[in-house]
Amino acid sequence: MKKIICLMLVALMALAALAGCTKPAEKDEDAKGEGVMTHAEYIAAKVDDPVVIETYVQAKQSWWENKATLYTADKDGAYFIYNMTCSEEDYAKLVPGTKIKVTGYRAEWSGEIEVAEGATFEIEEGNYIAKAVDLTDVFGTDALIDHQNEFFAVKGLEVVGMDDGAAFWYSYDNSGEDGSDLYFKVKLGENEFTFTVESYLCGADTDVYKAVKELKVGDTIDVEGFLYWYEGVNPHITSVTVK
Amino acid sequence: MMKRIPLLALAALMLFAVLPLAACHGSAGMAEFAVPGEFDTSKDIEITFWAKNDTNITQVNIYKKAISDFEAAYPNIRVNLRLYTDYGKIYNDVITNISTGTTPNVCITYPDHIATYITGQNVVVPLEELMADERYGLGGSELRFDAPTKEEMIPKFLSEGVVSGRQYALPFMRSTEACYVNKTMLESMGYELPEKLTWDFIWEVSDAAMEQDADGNFKVNGQKVMIPFIYKSTDNMMIQMLRQKGAGYSDDDGGILLFNDTTKELLLEISKHAEKRSFSTFKISSYPGNFLNAGQCIFAIDSTAGATWMGTEANHHDIAADKIIDFETAVMPIPQFDPDSPQMISQGPSVCIFNKRDPQEVLASWLFTQFLLTNDVQISYSETEGYVPVTTKAQDSAEYADYLARAGEDSDLHYSVKIEAAKLLIDNVGDTFITPVWSGSASLRDAAGSLIESVVKSVRRREKVDDAYLEKLFSDTASLYRLGQGMQTAGGKKELGPLPGTARALIIGLAAVWVLLGAGAVYGLVKARKNEK
Repeated sequence: MKKIICLMLVALMALAALAGCTKPAEKDEDAKGEGVMTHAEYIAAKVDDPVVIETYVQAKQSWWENKATLYTADKDGAYFIYNMTCSEEDYAKLVPGTKIKVTGYRAEWSGEIEVAEGATFEIEEGNYIAKAVDLTDVFGTDALIDHQNEFFAVKGLEVVGMDDGAAFWYSYDNSGEDGSDLYFKVKLGENEFTFTVESYLCGADTDVYKAVKELKVGDTIDVEGFLYWYEGVNPHITSVTVK
Repeated sequence: MMKRIPLLALAALMLFAVLPLAACHGSAGMAEFAVPGEFDTSKDIEITFWAKNDTNITQVNIYKKAISDFEAAYPNIRVNLRLYTDYGKIYNDVITNISTGTTPNVCITYPDHIATYITGQNVVVPLEELMADERYGLGGSELRFDAPTKEEMIPKFLSEGVVSGRQYALPFMRSTEACYVNKTMLESMGYELPEKLTWDFIWEVSDAAMEQDADGNFKVNGQKVMIPFIYKSTDNMMIQMLRQKGAGYSDDDGGILLFNDTTKELLLEISKHAEKRSFSTFKISSYPGNFLNAGQCIFAIDSTAGATWMGTEANHHDIAADKIIDFETAVMPIPQFDPDSPQMISQGPSVCIFNKRDPQEVLASWLFTQFLLTNDVQISYSETEGYVPVTTKAQDSAEYADYLARAGEDSDLHYSVKIEAAKLLIDNVGDTFITPVWSGSASLRDAAGSLIESVVKSVRRREKVDDAYLEKLFSDTASLYRLGQGMQTAGGKKELGPLPGTARALIIGLAAVWVLLGAGAVYGLVKARKNEK
């Protein structure tokens, strides 16, 4: 009996020792904090509902007078944060990958689901940059809206030219000039789409802005960008590669 | 596609950071402009024109043609065009360029903004002397084009360019706001469109349109989305409501009267309808025209200069063609509290000239400014939107009369909604008003709109809007827009700005001396007491 008890004790001690030797549980950076919504919960929230999200900066679109507009994402989906309260000093810290906790309200503006103007944020530990999701097979389908604001890629697009035959326009009706948003049309299968180089997101000195200005009708291109929405899909392109 | 611009709502605030610099630069640099006796046509002169368009290629092409025609008349002048689509961005850039001495020569702007520009000494050229000059003035003998005389400028529009008692701007185009009504939907609800809209009528119809069926579809349109009343510019909404009520907004000297009991009453009324979701704003929901054309709005209030975006046959659309419904669009003056005494805002682009060291450059700028008032430019530009020309020379011309008479002949140049919008202003010029102009009046305008935006957002978010809420809102808004903190008026009141470094050093030095004196006194007292012991 004593032996059995001794053996059990030894076994228990061994187990305890083993337990002690195992690596301490790593902090799960993807786990949502208390009171923080999942992406699905955020999407399901109604307009004007309060929202709290933990997300990672993917791109900065603009800053002005303590208001920052960002594309962000977590591993489940993407967010557009419009005019978030943010000092210029903090804006500099929001490099791509930075994890932030955003508290605000859900809004929808011409179909674009966003965190409304005036949200607040805090920087948290963690880093994540989303890889471009290949949406080549999704463009032109009803499923595209499920990818709203995601960083995406589309391959094998044909530049089809604007109404006057130009490869691109400054502004949607060509009323702009260098530095304005660029608009260009592409064909994928039977569908045509209008893509935008948003001048606040990618200004005239960026590679993508310069690349679009060099496009020719008939070029085959691969693009990457963010899937912005304005009365339908209105992709904001961040890179163009001519094949 | 119209673009939501994040920069501009608070652009006015930037002036507080830059103004002292601007003022210093102006006072140190430019002499007052005097009209030269002769325009030197042998000298090459290059001027820059910062022009605003409504993201409208036709307007851009009119600017380009005007420049080309002007350069043909004056081969020694070259005009460089820089395009803008937003007044706030122009304002922002002008403020920045005043501080570096690189302002444009000619600039489309608002008088509110000029009030800030002129806080720098001799930055903007007063125009009285130029206008009156016999040779180069309005309709002058030496002009190489057919310019309007001063008598041919519509006096009310001309007077809107007077800032701080001086004529600093000429009007370029004028517009007001219109209520674009889905008459078909209104009548389907059993209502008849009255001759004049009242606020009570609009609120009543808007609330009634919120009725839904068991599936959550709105009965009035059978859709899941319905915002019966959307206002584009809440700045204008508050300003016009206060004016119609005879309540305060601001006085001519920059006194802030916005935060008053009538404003509270208006905000409480607006909050009731925002809570029912029968009212919303551009900032919260998007462009009124998008909802109107999709059959999701009955009353869309926007500028008459936005008329080409309104209605089934509008030639500008941001929504998909299959979303546009068939309906009759009525173009009405904005709603009134007292329909027998209507009040509506006068707005639209004006032109100012910036001073330069070379008077010939300024004179060239003046010649070009006048060229913008010729019939060719005035009529063609006004036809791009629901604008009206600012001269009787253009308004009374056979060409313009023919244009107005052909309303509805097509959905492009003679688009009926656009021409009705222009006629609305022509018929109501006597009922238009502008707000007092002073340095900081642009911020007050933003603040007026933000009160409505805040209240609408709050009730949608189920916050309680009551007197305590409004008191706090007033206080927060005054603070955010820096209202009532020694704002400078165009009439000469000074905003002192941050103290110069030398003054700060002097104060610190004086404080240090006082500390030392105090310490010495204490030391002496202690020593004396010790000696007493």
